[in-house]
Amino acid sequence: MSQVRYSKDHEYISVEGDVGTIGISEHAQAQLGDVVFVELPAVGDKLAKGAQAAVVESVKAASEVFSPVSGEVVAINSDLESEPSLINEDALGKGWILKLKLSDPAEVTALMDEAAYQDFLKSIA
Amino acid sequence: MLNNQGRPTRSGEASTADTHTFTGNRALDMEEALIFETGRLDATGVDIDEPSAFVSRLGAHARNSEIGLPGLSEPEAMRHYVRLSRKNYSIDAGLYPLGSCTMKHNPRLNEKMARLPGFADIHPLQPTSTVQGALELTSDLARILMTMTGMSAIAMSPKAGAHGELCGMMAIKAAIEARGEGATRNVVLVPESAHGTNPATAALIGFSVRSVPTGADGTVSPDAVRSALGPEVAAIMLTNPNTCGLFEREIAAIAQAMHEAGAFFYCDGANFNAIMGKARPGDLGVDAMHINLHKTFSTPHGGGGPGAGPVVLSKALAPFAPVPYIVARGDTLDFVEHIEGSQAFGRMTAFHGQMGMFVRAIAFILSHGADGLKQASEDAVLSANYIRVSLNDLMSSPFGDRPCMHEALFDDRWLKETGLTTLDFAKAMIDEGYHPMTVYFPLVVHGAMLIEPTESESKASLDLFIMTLRDLALSALGGERERFTAAPRRAPRRRLDETRAARQPVLKWTKPAPA
Amino acid sequence: MRYLPLDAVDRALMLARVGVSHIDEIFADIPADKRVSGLLDIPTRKSEIEVERILSSLAKRNVAAGSVPFFVGAGAYRHHVPASVDHLIQRSEFLTSYTPYQPEIAQGTLQVLFEFQTQVAALTGMEVANASMYDGSTACAEAMLMAHRLTRRKKAVLSGGLHPQYADVAATLAHMAGDEILRLAPDILASEDIAAAIDDQTSCVIVQSPDFFGNPRDLAPIKAAAHAKGALLIAVFTETVSLGALRSPGEMGADIAVGEGQSIGNTLNFGGPYVGLFATQSKYVRQMPGRLAGETIDAEGRRSFVLTLSTREQHIRREKATSNICTNSGLCALAFSIHMSLLGQTGMQRLARVNHANAVQLADRLSGVKGVSVINECFFNEFTIRTPRPAEELIETLAKKGVIGGLPVSRLLPKAGLDDLIVVASTETNSDEDRAAYAAALAQCL
Repeated sequence: MSQVRYSKDHEYISVEGDVGTIGISEHAQAQLGDVVFVELPAVGDKLAKGAQAAVVESVKAASEVFSPVSGEVVAINSDLESEPSLINEDALGKGWILKLKLSDPAEVTALMDEAAYQDFLKSIA
Repeated sequence: MLNNQGRPTRSGEASTADTHTFTGNRALDMEEALIFETGRLDATGVDIDEPSAFVSRLGAHARNSEIGLPGLSEPEAMRHYVRLSRKNYSIDAGLYPLGSCTMKHNPRLNEKMARLPGFADIHPLQPTSTVQGALELTSDLARILMTMTGMSAIAMSPKAGAHGELCGMMAIKAAIEARGEGATRNVVLVPESAHGTNPATAALIGFSVRSVPTGADGTVSPDAVRSALGPEVAAIMLTNPNTCGLFEREIAAIAQAMHEAGAFFYCDGANFNAIMGKARPGDLGVDAMHINLHKTFSTPHGGGGPGAGPVVLSKALAPFAPVPYIVARGDTLDFVEHIEGSQAFGRMTAFHGQMGMFVRAIAFILSHGADGLKQASEDAVLSANYIRVSLNDLMSSPFGDRPCMHEALFDDRWLKETGLTTLDFAKAMIDEGYHPMTVYFPLVVHGAMLIEPTESESKASLDLFIMTLRDLALSALGGERERFTAAPRRAPRRRLDETRAARQPVLKWTKPAPA
Repeated sequence: MRYLPLDAVDRALMLARVGVSHIDEIFADIPADKRVSGLLDIPTRKSEIEVERILSSLAKRNVAAGSVPFFVGAGAYRHHVPASVDHLIQRSEFLTSYTPYQPEIAQGTLQVLFEFQTQVAALTGMEVANASMYDGSTACAEAMLMAHRLTRRKKAVLSGGLHPQYADVAATLAHMAGDEILRLAPDILASEDIAAAIDDQTSCVIVQSPDFFGNPRDLAPIKAAAHAKGALLIAVFTETVSLGALRSPGEMGADIAVGEGQSIGNTLNFGGPYVGLFATQSKYVRQMPGRLAGETIDAEGRRSFVLTLSTREQHIRREKATSNICTNSGLCALAFSIHMSLLGQTGMQRLARVNHANAVQLADRLSGVKGVSVINECFFNEFTIRTPRPAEELIETLAKKGVIGGLPVSRLLPKAGLDDLIVVASTETNSDEDRAAYAAALAQCL
C-alpha cells in the first residue's frame, strides 16, 4: 500500500510505481462543500509542479487544483463528469481526479505525510 | 339590531399553525405555473389582422419548424406577471440594504420623463437634425457628470458599470500603446477587496492581474502599491470609497505613485453615492472612473438591469475616448461616429448608449440640484454611521471603531460562539421583512455583512431596522438556533437546493414526456 | 428635498448618536485640501413641474418616429408594444428590485428569467439561452470571445453583411485583447465567399441573417465550411421578429446565436437600453457569459428557481471569469418575455407575416419611383434601395418633407463607395398612407 502525501494547497498524491494518483484532501472537500463540477485536464497534458491541473467547483466557489509534482497526465477520473459528488463522498478513493506519470519521484518525498499534514491543518486553523 | 344572519363575530378557532391548502397557495401568496404549462399554441393575446394577399420575398429561407411557444390572452398574462411580481422584494416595499448596490428610492418622475415620445420613440439612426433635443440632453448630462467629478472628458456609451470599466481600461491600454509601451506594460494592480468585475475586466483585454493586499485598517497603503509597482504595470483599479465602506485616505499619494511610475489610476465609481459634492475624483488624481447611473442616480435596477456606465476621463486619456461622441457644428449638434483621423480607441456598442437611462439620471440630478445631491450623500453617509454605532456593541467591525462612508461593514467574529453563519443571520432577516445586506463580500473579510441604507430611509425606518437587527443579534448570542437555521420560514420559498441546480442544470422548460 | 426623508431634527439626533457635532467630521478621511468647498457648479434643486418643463422642451426638439412616416431599421425597429407590457414592467416588485441573489424573495424575477431563457431558446432553435446581455452588438462580441475559449484559437472572420457597428465593437475588443480579426468587405448582395476566408486558425465566423442590407442568408453551407476547419458558426440577428418567418439559427446549425431583442416589448429609446439575446448548445454552457436561471427545489420540495452555474461569473471567478458582465438587461428581458408570452407562436408568426407583407408593398411602391431600384432578391422587413442621388442628402431632404426614409448606408460605411444606398425597413406600425407618402416624397426629390 502506497503512502499518501499532501501539499500545502490540500492536494494529495498516492504513488504506485512511477504513477501518482492526485485528488483533494478530506479537509479540502469539507471546506469546499458540495462539489458540483470538476474541470479535468486532458490525458497527455504535461504538468509542471504547481501548475493548474483541474478546477473543482462548488456552488459559490471555484478552486484550482495544483499539481503537487510534475509529470504527464496518464488517466483522468471521468466518473466525476456525471458524479462530482464522489469527491465529497470519498475524496481519497473514488473521488480521485487524475493520474500522473511522475517525471521526478523525489518531488513526492518533499511533500507532507499524513502526520505532518494534520499538524499543518492545526497550524492554519 | 341583532345578528340575524348568524355571521360569526369572533375570530373563533383560527390557529397559527401552518395549514395545508388544496392549491398550495397561502392566501395572497399564490403559486404560479410556467406560461408553457398554461398557454396554448393556438392562442395569442395580440390582435393582428392577417395581411392581404402578397407575393412572398422570403425565397427558400422561410421557417418551416414550429416555434413551440404558447400564447396567453391579456387577462391571463396580467395575472401571471402580477402573481410573479408578488414573490419579489423591492425598494418600494421595504429597506433594501445591499452594500455596494445603492438601492435608493426610484422617483416615478424619471419613468414618466423617459416615456415621453420625444425620448422613447426616437431611433438611434434617424437624421441627427431630427434629434437635436436628444443630443443636447446627452451633452447636458455629460457636462454635469464632468462637473461632479472634476474630470475633463467623458464617454457616454458604456451600457453598465462593468462595461464602463472595460471602456476606461481600453482607454488606458490605448494611451499606453500610443506611447509605444503596449508590449511591456501588461500588469494591472487590483486590491484584494475589489469587485470581481475589476480583475475580470483587466483579464478580458489581456492584462494580467497582480493582487495588492488590503491593510489592517481596511484601506490600501501607498507602500503596498509602490512595492507592487514596476515598469510592467499599466494601471491600478481601485474602488473609492472602497468596498469596505471606507474612504481611501491615501488616495492622492497612490495616484501620485502610479503617475510617477508611468501608470494610470482607474477608479471604480460604484460607491460614488458617498461623495457627491464632497470630493471630486479629478482632484484626487483619478484618470478614469465609471459612474453607475442605475446606482447613484437611481435609474432603477429593474431586477438586474439595465444600467448605464458613462466613464469620465482625465486630460491624458481624453484623446482616446471611444466613438460616438457629440460635437457642435455651428448651432447644431452632431455625432462623431467613426474613429478615422483620431486617436479614439474604437467603439463599445452599437448606437450611442443608454438614452433611456440618461433621461432618468438627468431628471434625478435636476430634481436634487447641487444642494440636494450633496445632502443625499451626507444623509447616506450619516445613515450608515448611525447603523454602525447602533450595532457595533453587539456585532464585530473588522476595522475597528472608525467612521464609515455610505456603508457599514461587519464580520462574523461575533457569531463564532453561536455556531451560526452570516448566511443564517441574513436569511433570518427575510422573515423579519427585510432584504438581507450584501453577504460574503468584500472577500477580505470573513463572513462579511455590508449594510448600505442609502439616503432614502426615514429615521423611523432606520430605528426599526436597527432594533430588528439588535433583536436578531441578541437572539443569536442567546443561543437560539432555529430562528436562523430554519430561516426563511415565511417567505414564498424556503432555502433552495443550489447544489441540485448546479449539478444537473435545468435551464429551460421542456415538455414532459407523455406518461 | 422631496426625495430625502430626514429633516434637520433627525440629522441632529443621528449626529449625536454617532458622536460628532458636524457631518464633515464623518468625512474626515477625505484630505482637507481635496474637499469641495461650497456647492458644485450645477443648478440647485427643482420641483417636479420645473423638471417636467425642461425635459419636455428637450423632448419636443426630437421628431418622434410615431409622428411621421418612418422607415429606419438597421438594428433597431419600431414595433407596437401592447399597453399591458409597460404597465407590468412598472410594477414596483419588478422595477425596484435588485439582481435575484436572495432567491427566496426573488422568485418572481427568477421565474421570469427562466421563462425568458426558454423563449429565446425556442425562437433561435438553440438548446440553451442566458438571462440577457446588454444588447445585440455586445452579445456578438462576447460570442466571439466564447468561440476563442472553446476553440483555443484567436481569429474571427466577420461577414461583410454584419451590421457595421457590430463589427466595430467586435474589432475594438479583438484589438484590445490582442486577437486577430478578418473583416470581409461590405457585401450588399450576400455574394461573398466566406468559406474561402476560413482557415485552420479561425475560431469562428460571424454571419448576420437577415444581413445589414436585408438579405436572408443560408447559414448551413457556412456552418459546414466552418466545422470542416474546426471553427464555430456564430449566427447574428438584429430583428427578432424575423425569427417568426425565417429559418432559425439552430435549424441552420449555428453553434452560438446572438441578437438584438429590442423589437419585442421594447421601444426605440434612441439606442438603449436594449436587450441582448445569447443562445448556444448545451455542451458549451460552461463557457457561456452572463447570468443563468435554473430550476431546483426548496427545503419543502417545491419547484423553485435560482441563479446557477455562477462559478463562470466575475463575482466568483474574478480574472478567470467567462466575461466581466454583471448588470444585464433584466427589465428589458422582462418586457421581451411579457410581449412574447402575449404573442405566442401564433401571434409571432402573424406579426412576422404582416411585417413581411408591409415591406413587400413598400418595396413595390419604391421601385415604382423613377430611378430607384431595390437591390435585394429576398428580404424580410428590410431591404436596400439604390437611388440616383447621394443617399445622405436625399434622406435629409426627405426629413424636411416630414418623411424619415431609412438609413443612408454611407453613415455607417462612409468610404465604401456605397453612397447611393439606403436601408429601408417597414414594420406593422406603417400604414399604406405612410408608404404612399414615402413614395410620393421620394418622387418629388428625384
